[in-house]
Amino acid sequence: MAKGLFKEFSKGIIKENPVLCLVLGTCPTLAVTTQASNAIGMGVAATLVLICSNAAISLLRKVIPDKVRIPAYITIIAGFVTMVQMLVKAFAPAIDESLGIYLPLIVVNCIILGRAEMFASKNSVVPSMVDGLGMGVGFTAAMLLMGAIRELLGAGTIFGLPVTSAFMDPILIFILPPGGFFVFGMLVALSSKLSGKQKTAEDISCAKCPMNKNCSKLKEEGQCNG
Amino acid sequence: MENMLTVSSSPHLSSGATTRKIMLDVIISLVPASIAATVFFGWKSLMLIAVCVISCVVMEYICRRVMKRKNTIGDLSAVVTGLLLALNLPSGINPLIAVFGCAVAIIAVKQMFGGIGNNFVNPAITARIVLLVSFPVHMTTWEKPFEWLNTADSVTGATPLAMMAQGEKTSYFDLLIGNTGGCLGETCVIALVLGGIYLVARRVISPVIPLCFIGTVFVLSFVLGQDPVFHILSGGVMLGAIFMATDYTTSPMNTWGKVIFGIGCGIITVLIRLYANLPEGVSFSIILMNILVPHIENLTKPRPFGKEKKNEKA
Repeated sequence: MAKGLFKEFSKGIIKENPVLCLVLGTCPTLAVTTQASNAIGMGVAATLVLICSNAAISLLRKVIPDKVRIPAYITIIAGFVTMVQMLVKAFAPAIDESLGIYLPLIVVNCIILGRAEMFASKNSVVPSMVDGLGMGVGFTAAMLLMGAIRELLGAGTIFGLPVTSAFMDPILIFILPPGGFFVFGMLVALSSKLSGKQKTAEDISCAKCPMNKNCSKLKEEGQCNG
Repeated sequence: MENMLTVSSSPHLSSGATTRKIMLDVIISLVPASIAATVFFGWKSLMLIAVCVISCVVMEYICRRVMKRKNTIGDLSAVVTGLLLALNLPSGINPLIAVFGCAVAIIAVKQMFGGIGNNFVNPAITARIVLLVSFPVHMTTWEKPFEWLNTADSVTGATPLAMMAQGEKTSYFDLLIGNTGGCLGETCVIALVLGGIYLVARRVISPVIPLCFIGTVFVLSFVLGQDPVFHILSGGVMLGAIFMATDYTTSPMNTWGKVIFGIGCGIITVLIRLYANLPEGVSFSIILMNILVPHIENLTKPRPFGKEKKNEKA
């Protein structure tokens, strides 16, 4: 039992990381990762909502009619988001300020709705909560990594502490949207390389490959096994 | 009898043009602009060109090695990218920033998409834009020409376009010979036009894109009540129209496509110059039109010989 729970928890961090492998929740990931501290604030808020909504939806999974399940899920999620937003406003107004609209937008965060649909509506309470925790930790970790890279390169600081500003000018583009997309793409590429999941041209036949028209490998070797 | 016939697949006639020869022609055509840059901004502009060219070639070599692909530094395309990027930088820039620009051009824009022929935007232009967005102060600190002869410290001045915004005029003669502030390669119009004529004469580029680009800037700025001669001589119009917009990979293949591409570049340039809060819009206009090239190609697909027209009844 404990081993099964640990598996539910750990899959969200690396193997099924919501941001880097499932590519969910991209909007807040790109928008709030200009600073590492924003990333943590957003990650913790989303994790809290994720655990609570997973628990509630799992409890109600036999009550909610199948046809109206999405509105029902969103209502439940919105309730928790409102609570979290009030808490953040009361106890961490600075974070509320810097997250702005993205805090209430957790309501429509794909990760939370996705876990409700994929997991909580089919499993009992405890695994659902553990799944929510794992996904939340994976979300937070990915955003923290991205936020740290972007803040270090784009502003020369980490958590607001100056690191490289003494000897180099910050590369502003990294805290602007194009830099966000670039870092995001690099991290997705890196994580799929590390987890060994990327498919080579030999795995998918060349005919199905979206890049087959400008594949330099084909041009150079003049061969195709598709 | 059989030995007299050589059986081979098409093409049967070769013009002898190779990537290397074409790139060599582009390099030759950029020599006048490089000399002009050295005359106006001093030896350090030559050093900046060297830094950019060397780092582009080295990065291309390392990239191809790491990606386990055939080495392509022999085709000289990385040299051209480095040269064009250097000519797009102000003379007083920190060489490390230039090296970062080379990394953007070669690694992010060119090699990650598969190397020469596969990039969807012009590497040098993209690198310039990334640098402009990343280091706005460094990229817009222009040195006055010939100041390197008089003082050890550099004296900075505004570009003709920035001076225009403040109501000052620069004489046409200064604009033609390049006696103004600006990027290394964009100031001397005569040197750029010489290079352009060489490229057209060698049939490396077709004159359609530069003419449409410059013509649109001329006409549109005239229509909008500006001095059209000033607008085509100042800023990066000549450099962009002749050398950057005509990049084979990122410009349309057919003449009508080229016309659309050139006119689009010209319109965006003038609109950014007059109505956006940037003084210069050539690089943004080229990159935006680069992105539209696949759609332009679709629109201007030629009808194969003998195929019936769409609306023609059989």
